[in-house]
Amino acid sequence: MSGILLVLPILVPLVTASGCLVAWRYRSIQRALSLVGAAVLLAAAGMLLWQVDRGGPIAVQVGGWPAPFGITLVADMLSAIMVVLAGIVGMAVAIYSLGDIGRRRESLGYFPLFQVLMMGVCGAFLTGDIFNLYVWFEVMLMASFTLMAMGAQKAQLQGAIKYVTLNLLSSAIFLAAIGILYGLVGTLNMADLATKLRNVPEPGIINAVAALFLVAFGIKAAAFPLFFWLPASYPTPPVAVSALFAGLLTKVGVYALLRVFSLIFIQNLSVTHGLILAIASFTMVFGVLGAYAQNEIRRILSFHIVSQIGYMLMGLGLFTRLALAGAIFYIAHHILVKTNLFLISGIIHRLRGSFTLAQLGGLYRTHPWLALLFLVPALSLAGLPPLSGFFAKLILIQAGLEAGMYTVVAVALIVGLLTLLSMLKIWNEAFWKQAAANSHEHEITGRQRFLVLGPAIVLAGMTICIGLWPSLLLDPSMKAAEQLLDTSAYIKAVMGVRS
Amino acid sequence: MTLLLAIVVGVLYSVGIYLMMDRNMIRLILGLALLSHAANLLIFTSAGIARGSPPIISTEGNVAPPDAADPVPQALILTAIVISFGVLAFAMALVYRSYETIGSEDLDEMRNVE
Repeated sequence: MSGILLVLPILVPLVTASGCLVAWRYRSIQRALSLVGAAVLLAAAGMLLWQVDRGGPIAVQVGGWPAPFGITLVADMLSAIMVVLAGIVGMAVAIYSLGDIGRRRESLGYFPLFQVLMMGVCGAFLTGDIFNLYVWFEVMLMASFTLMAMGAQKAQLQGAIKYVTLNLLSSAIFLAAIGILYGLVGTLNMADLATKLRNVPEPGIINAVAALFLVAFGIKAAAFPLFFWLPASYPTPPVAVSALFAGLLTKVGVYALLRVFSLIFIQNLSVTHGLILAIASFTMVFGVLGAYAQNEIRRILSFHIVSQIGYMLMGLGLFTRLALAGAIFYIAHHILVKTNLFLISGIIHRLRGSFTLAQLGGLYRTHPWLALLFLVPALSLAGLPPLSGFFAKLILIQAGLEAGMYTVVAVALIVGLLTLLSMLKIWNEAFWKQAAANSHEHEITGRQRFLVLGPAIVLAGMTICIGLWPSLLLDPSMKAAEQLLDTSAYIKAVMGVRS
Repeated sequence: MTLLLAIVVGVLYSVGIYLMMDRNMIRLILGLALLSHAANLLIFTSAGIARGSPPIISTEGNVAPPDAADPVPQALILTAIVISFGVLAFAMALVYRSYETIGSEDLDEMRNVE
């Protein structure tokens, strides 16, 4: 039973994607399939989380080859939480894209690509093999490349070239790091790596490999200094695609960092995690300063992704139980909020025909509900109580104070304030000020209204729920953090099933 | 032999990164291709080069021959080659498409279009 649960999050998108390909000519079937696939994925992810929460980490040896020789799929709390979040974002974007993606992109194969992307993301969260992680990254990247370039507008192509180049560079570094690691200990299974690397006497080479992994995943997570591809590329594709990317893709990089730097590279905490902490501070500052210079909604939001990645890395860098729980809490909060903000930016674009702040305005007068809907995730992103972002920041700052890292705490607080300013800038320009003279006014009508507003409202509701009952999310995060610090259960789940 | 391969890997990396810094998009793609070759060769080298016998377990005995070569690095490289082939094919198509749209293969021209 538990084996099926582990395979389902990969299998469901695969089957859905195949179904969409079979029904290539029938758009309405593809639309229905995509919705059903996303719903089943979310349900399967929920069951996986329930199972892991109740019974501890579970693993399955694919093809019956015992670890460490075969490929293992494994889910601890962190993996399960990430799969559930992927399911939620997948569901929200699947509904939104029905009302927004448009006939042309639908017939170019938007739905199968969307499902392949979900498969890659879930696979990356669930695999217990470092080379298999590389393969899932590539599956995910290939789908994302195509989604990003699909439609081939000038801006999209420019963004796609930067995105493709940087991600391929990161993949090459990742592959090289895997090669050196294999040469060092002769295994690829992550649990086995964790055990065997403890016996390698030379810290120098381990630090070098750790640095390679840090660079490779750092590029994918858009951490300082290699983050510039993200604001260049994320604002260019259709809103549904950028919402999906903004919510999920960089977080796969963060997940990989969390996994590798809690399971495998924990020999020289002062070197590796000290470095991560420094990177975290720079990422926070540069992201938020970059956002300040922008005046297009999606570019502002993209720079904020970068700055928020810094908070998550701060949790990893501090490496205490509370800090890791904070990082996981922050990832969950961020995925919900950031996806929602991109969806709402799409609604604004639908209503006024522009993302540029100067051409917007007066939305509060005409659409007060949309204004409120924007305020929930925006204020949550900035960390105002009683929304989810407040608790995310509170936990991290408390963890930072306990660890005595006052510099990074100060940085986190100041960046939070600057985030608020930047969100208020969008609020003032898009909603509060007088409508720009030459602005277009459109309405979203009929069924589309429900399709684009529904996901945004549900996601905002989740943000408020987490704010009102933070223990809903904090308890699983704490449990996940414990499993990250004490990896024995994870290693036992992977290696112990040998028959 | 290891030293020679190490030098080759180093040369491939430096040439690849040099090409990636060029403004010409074709050179960018070539640079990426060289980087993935370098990574493949690095896996091959760092896993240890030995002249072993084929790692095939005979029906009697049920153990691999003692001097068997390690098949895993080759499996990794094969997978990586297939992946990089697909990805590079996409990158070529992307570059060609943007050449058509923008009318130049210079990355700096691209910035001016915005």
